[in-house]
Amino acid sequence: MNTEAVIVTDKLTKRFGPFIACNELTFQVDKGEIFGFLGANGAGKTTAMRMLCGLLNPSSGKATVAGFDVYTQANRIKQRIGYMSQRFSLYDDLTVSENIRFFGGIYGMSISDIKKKTSALLSELQLEKEAKTLVRDIPPGWKQKLAFSVSIVHGPDIVFLDEPTGGVDPVTRRQFWDLIYEAADKGVTVFVTTHYMDEAEYCNRVSIMVDGVIADLDAPARLKTKYQVSSMEEVFYALARNAVRKAD
Amino acid sequence: MRTLFFLLEKEFRQLLRNRQLIRILFIAPMIQLILLPLAADYSVKNVNIAVLDQDHSPTSTKMIEKIKSSGRFRLTGYADTYKQALAMVEQDKADLVLQIPLHFERDMTRENVGKLYIAINAIEGTKANLGGAYLSSILNDFNEDIVTESGPINPSPNAPQITVVSSNWYNPHLNYNLYMVPAILVTLLTSIASMQSAFNIVQEKEKGTIEQINVTPIRKYIFILGKLIPFLVLGLLLFSMGLVIARAFYGIIPLGSLWVLYGSATVFLFSMLGLGLLLATYSATQQQAMSLAFFFINIFNLLSGVFTAVDSMPNWAKTLVETFPTSHFIKIMRSVVLKGSDFHDTAYHLGAMALIGLVLNTWAVLNYRKTA
Amino acid sequence: MKQLLVFIRKEFLHVFRDRKTLLMLFGLPIAQIVLFGFALSNEVKDSKIAVVDYSKDIMTRQIINKVGANPYFEIESNLKSATDIDAAFRKGNIKVALVFPDNFSTDLIHTGTATVQVIADGSDPNLATTVTNYISTVIADYTASLSLQEGHPVQVQPEIQMLYNPDLRGAPNFIPGVMALVLMLVCTMMTSVSIVREKELGTMEILLVSPFNTTYIILSKLAPNLLISLVNLFIILVLSDLFLDLPVKGSIVLLVFCSILFILTCLSIGLLLSISAKTQQAAMMGSLMGMMLPTMLLTGFLFPIENMPLPLRLLSNLVPSRWYFIIVKQVMLKGLGIGAVWKETLILAVMAFGLFAISLRNFKIRLQ
Repeated sequence: MNTEAVIVTDKLTKRFGPFIACNELTFQVDKGEIFGFLGANGAGKTTAMRMLCGLLNPSSGKATVAGFDVYTQANRIKQRIGYMSQRFSLYDDLTVSENIRFFGGIYGMSISDIKKKTSALLSELQLEKEAKTLVRDIPPGWKQKLAFSVSIVHGPDIVFLDEPTGGVDPVTRRQFWDLIYEAADKGVTVFVTTHYMDEAEYCNRVSIMVDGVIADLDAPARLKTKYQVSSMEEVFYALARNAVRKAD
Repeated sequence: MRTLFFLLEKEFRQLLRNRQLIRILFIAPMIQLILLPLAADYSVKNVNIAVLDQDHSPTSTKMIEKIKSSGRFRLTGYADTYKQALAMVEQDKADLVLQIPLHFERDMTRENVGKLYIAINAIEGTKANLGGAYLSSILNDFNEDIVTESGPINPSPNAPQITVVSSNWYNPHLNYNLYMVPAILVTLLTSIASMQSAFNIVQEKEKGTIEQINVTPIRKYIFILGKLIPFLVLGLLLFSMGLVIARAFYGIIPLGSLWVLYGSATVFLFSMLGLGLLLATYSATQQQAMSLAFFFINIFNLLSGVFTAVDSMPNWAKTLVETFPTSHFIKIMRSVVLKGSDFHDTAYHLGAMALIGLVLNTWAVLNYRKTA
Repeated sequence: MKQLLVFIRKEFLHVFRDRKTLLMLFGLPIAQIVLFGFALSNEVKDSKIAVVDYSKDIMTRQIINKVGANPYFEIESNLKSATDIDAAFRKGNIKVALVFPDNFSTDLIHTGTATVQVIADGSDPNLATTVTNYISTVIADYTASLSLQEGHPVQVQPEIQMLYNPDLRGAPNFIPGVMALVLMLVCTMMTSVSIVREKELGTMEILLVSPFNTTYIILSKLAPNLLISLVNLFIILVLSDLFLDLPVKGSIVLLVFCSILFILTCLSIGLLLSISAKTQQAAMMGSLMGMMLPTMLLTGFLFPIENMPLPLRLLSNLVPSRWYFIIVKQVMLKGLGIGAVWKETLILAVMAFGLFAISLRNFKIRLQ
């Protein structure tokens, strides 16, 4: 595997008044990696992700995404990333294919590319029959998979997933992760936040955030060895039980 | 630019798909434009007058006859005392009281001057103004009649006389609808343009889709343009339907050129949509956007000279009204539709609206943050 | 009873937590009362005049000065030729033009008559009529003063007194109207939205499965809105007295009593709206679009109801603000007592209790 780093942060910090949401985060994410970003509610995961996506300006520290600086080149970064948030992010009053067309279009894809991509994507998700259905009328599980596919429709280097499987049944979650693996195989770096610990097992490496700092960061297997436990669940518990901040 | 195309495509699709909204946006204002002028008839038709004749002389009777026959007044009753007459005003039976005091005729013959007392209920200002003006002009006529007719009591038969020939241009029949319909169309556009643009962005905020837009490389001004243009088109469509209705129902055909009308409408919509966008950037929920928009719409519509003349306001209010696009567009509409004003005549108002629009939209673009 | 207090407390907490909306609720009436109270006026004042004087003699100058000295008018420009009048009107600056023909005073002195032309911009019919009449009066005065030099003319001299509102300010007419409008909107919008919001959030179900009486739930929803409306009313009355010189001339008890009746009517309308609305947006649109225009138009504070066609006149009888507007005008401005407004009060009372009963009944039926 290529070990070129696509996300590099150095003491990245975000303060909201006296509250330090993210305190001096330093880590790297390599190309093609599935990088899990774990933490309890309120630990600062979403804040960190929003800084990397250019949705939030950091208070201090450095960070580059796809080689571009988050302070000065946010728009260049946005060309190279995909994003899907826990809050469902497709237009529910547009049809399936209209959503694909719209998001492909604003990323500057040509009409013919969009058409090719649309049919490929629909057949992959087995949604051909639903191409002309309004997004609000398709089942939630399909919406999530569709939202993920749309977020990488323009072939980004990195895709950020913010708790993408919240409120989804186990079968759909499994299918969802198949899509993530497929994307990673094609060289897309996946940066995913979650609080399902079984999902943490699917990641190449995970970072566990507690109270705004990274408590530990390594491959799941090595973390389990380090803490001498049998599951990520227990790793997480070992690290997070001393958390000061309560959920939300 | 390609991005803009996709944004516009999306906005139009969403707009056209929302049948309920389309119905509200088109049918509701059109019904209002048809019905409102019926209700908004400000013309004062009958001024009710109560007469307190304490003189009971031929002259006083003659004068009352003259007032009755003028067609301007409706005599609601004779009062015996001033208190009685005032009671009629209090009960809204009479709008004004004409008091002809005792010895009115005698004073006229002896001293050549007869005094009359008129008390007007001034709470309804328009009626008071017109009632007073009508009565004064009837009394002027009455004076002239005496001068010309009654030689014996007039010491100077050659008294000079100035004849006032009056005419009303542009609206010779003084048809109130001609004045109100263009202005009502403007108030409808004011409400719809600002409200819809405010709502639209806030809805994306509430649903979370705006976040998805924010992580794309779309430029802020392109995004704002993508919101502006669809509503501009919608507004111009509404404007056209309004002109058609004005013609079909009220027979109003603009004297001036359609180019001037559509040019000004575009600039006006640009500024009002800008206000909506700006309000949207300041609100987090639809309820907030709604109350803010309502606040401005109410002030714009009531202060912009639709109902009361801007000229009669105090100076600070005149200055304030100068910053309302609605007021400028009402002036343009009235003068282009009724008087046939051209671009040159309306340049000041056009410029003012363009400037306001530019300020509001720039402010909205600057205040719309893709990053926090 | 204790349950009711618990509910009312919860409702008050909701209202006072949302600072932004609260600010709007009180800021809106204050700003509008002040703005409309000071700015709106029906007085014809400073109407701009253009003069075309072909004669340019002492008499025409005297008349022009007389017109210019009148507070109704402001001489804007002297035009060279009558052909310029159209252009001046089209620019929209002037409202009326005065044309003196050649040899004005010569004619007047030698033949005893002279003609002056008054051309008004008829686009605003009322202004045109008023302005023309005022100019005629000024000229008649001038004629009279000429006759005076030659002897004593016989003439009728009217003395005009403006009752209740000598300066013809807009405030006396608009304040009662704005009062009705603000109370109407705050009550209907807040009530319907507060109930529909609980429906949207699903908390209404929780309340309904609780063993509390539905009537209590409704009463507690209405309580904060009633209070806010009364505070608003109080603010408006104080502002009118302090700044607009419009004290309550009649009985304040009567005014408050009638206001409560009116507020109850509006609250019931809000309840009715909330029964049919599914989303907050629908509730807001319904109360805004459905209530604002009829209130503004059919109350009679913007347009005289007597001028409307019969169907609209009949319809206006159903608009509660129409009756409230009359009561406020009579009690607050004219200082009349219950004797003058008993009919309107009775109508409001019937509306208030009738609508309240209907909405309560419908609310219960729908929820079962």
